[in-house]
Amino acid sequence: MDFLQPTSLDDALALRAERLDATPIAGGTDLMVDINFDRARPAATLDLTRVPELRELEVDADGAWVGAGVPYLRILEALGDVAPGLCMAARTVGSPQIRARGTLGGNLGTASPAGDTLPALAACEATVEVASATRPRREIAVRDFIVRPRRSALEPDELIVRVRVPRARGPQQFGKVGQRNAMVISVASFGLAFDLDARAVGTGIGSAGPTILGAPAAEAWVAEAFGDHDLWATRAALPDGVAKRFGELVGEAASPIDDVRGTARYRRHALSVLAARALAWAWADARRAEDAA
Amino acid sequence: MKVSYRVNGVTVEADGVWPGASLLTVLRDHMDLPGSKNACEQGECGSCSVLLDGELVCACLVQAGQADGLDVRTVEGLAGDGATETDVGDVQQAFLDAGAVQCGFCTPGLVVAVDHLLARNPDPSDAELREELSGNLCRCTGYVKIIDAVHLAAARRRATAGAGAAGGSGG
Repeated sequence: MDFLQPTSLDDALALRAERLDATPIAGGTDLMVDINFDRARPAATLDLTRVPELRELEVDADGAWVGAGVPYLRILEALGDVAPGLCMAARTVGSPQIRARGTLGGNLGTASPAGDTLPALAACEATVEVASATRPRREIAVRDFIVRPRRSALEPDELIVRVRVPRARGPQQFGKVGQRNAMVISVASFGLAFDLDARAVGTGIGSAGPTILGAPAAEAWVAEAFGDHDLWATRAALPDGVAKRFGELVGEAASPIDDVRGTARYRRHALSVLAARALAWAWADARRAEDAA
Repeated sequence: MKVSYRVNGVTVEADGVWPGASLLTVLRDHMDLPGSKNACEQGECGSCSVLLDGELVCACLVQAGQADGLDVRTVEGLAGDGATETDVGDVQQAFLDAGAVQCGFCTPGLVVAVDHLLARNPDPSDAELREELSGNLCRCTGYVKIIDAVHLAAARRRATAGAGAAGGSGG
């Protein structure tokens, strides 16, 4: 096994193109497990932890650019206001030890539908910027980035450079169901982002389909229901049944399977409950913010 | 491949390391530092917790070369640079005094994690320390004595810091 350790993005992209048989490594929280258990023997690893461009985190008026190699711990410290949903999701990743090493680039590159941050990123319409040595950079919506389990939209010679996370335009929520609170792979997870300016609700469903799913029918229904009840303007309390119906529609949008972590039926039910709670909690936050203003 | 770490204040080299090996393997099998324990090898148990450039990490998930040239603090160095095998740090002493050790396999990782926690939060609440230690599994104690030990170590550290301040030597 060769160990490649570039110290600039240009070098990393050149090595990526030259060594298509190399596996990129950042925090190692997925790849090292596979190597330790003899499930993976890449011809080379491409260590991205010494590439300064991938460790950059920039906040601006409209959101943040989060380098692919920024660990969750730094995201939690820096983005509580910009991206509360992402931070809630990041806080559920593994344990402090895992959050000190694991990165958004790794979560995206591993392309598991159970990746904790992915539903939160999808809900707020984050995009992934990828680069290669020879072609212009391109941006891919997080919702389109995971193509199927363990397969992303990355070309073999591309690396994830950074993630664009829009600044929250309303309350956000993230929920995850697992066997316990720490060190758990989710059985079902759900991210929600209110856009109070656009009078819209964004969704992201994790661990309940081959990719990260949205719930477009639920989004459309809830935006209309809020309009019908004049909630957008009045910030009135959620009428009975709105959260429940929203949850049902989110459950219907899922495409879960039975596996060792849970059954399809359980996952759909759990998602409905998570989504109903997320909507109620986020709307309560919106109303509190209005009261405080 | 060859790697070099600054381990507990001393530069240590290892040659003939398989590039796929973990930092944990290098510490244990090449640098004669078996204090960090090898249990799950998947980042679940925290027995191999060390500080890598001051961050608490699972040594089993760091590829050997990723730590090259970096600062590593292991359980062997908790009593300070140049400590002997019988020296213990304040967190280790609190674990002994509180009876927080049973089989002892999780202890090295836990004391490193607690040392790291108290350096950032001198008086953690139960909820805070449970979250901070959620990456360290103990299958013997039920955690009650471990939590006692954290509070004991924290109280002693605050008392020492307070006495130092009250002494006002201005050193």
